[in-house]
Amino acid sequence: MWDFIHYGIGRWLHILFGVMWIGMLYYFNFVQVDALKKAAADTPPTGAGITKHVAPRALFFFRWAAILTWVMGAFILGDKMADALLFRDRAYIPIGIGAWLGTIMLFNVWVLIWPNQKKILGFVSATDEEKNKARRVAFLASRTNTMLSLPMLFFMVASGGIFRRAFFGA
Amino acid sequence: MKNPLDSLWGTVITGLVLTAVLYYLARAMMGA
Repeated sequence: MWDFIHYGIGRWLHILFGVMWIGMLYYFNFVQVDALKKAAADTPPTGAGITKHVAPRALFFFRWAAILTWVMGAFILGDKMADALLFRDRAYIPIGIGAWLGTIMLFNVWVLIWPNQKKILGFVSATDEEKNKARRVAFLASRTNTMLSLPMLFFMVASGGIFRRAFFGA
Repeated sequence: MKNPLDSLWGTVITGLVLTAVLYYLARAMMGA
């Protein structure tokens, strides 16, 4: 029963929250950034609705899904977490790399993206200069996460059983 | 030099390159 909860339900929830997180990340990077740029170039600008109604809602699901994905990943690894993160066990090297990438991405969400988005969206007061700096930091952190998501997803899918043997022969 | 992360496709290509680099690094670490 414990294996069913730990590896079955745990992995299902990890993937469910992960799809929400990375789905929102890809929405921001593949859709919203370019759409807002084009909306700002309209006369008059047409991006207010996205900034006011869409972005805050997307950011809510984005940042909480990030936390829940990481928590469920840690839950699945359980007492093997140190072995994975410190690369102590050969079989846990792929998931260890995936876990490190996911952890860096979680840091970027909560330390670089969300605090700066709060300034950009006006949830906290900021001067125009601070907002411009916040835009650049949040943008680069979001793009960094998009870049890291490719190897992170690769190592997540290449980390177990027949998949690990297919990719690494071990 | 332009930051590849300023372009969406530069970001994707950088991610693919990083995936390949980390894959070969992992293989080496595993002795595969």
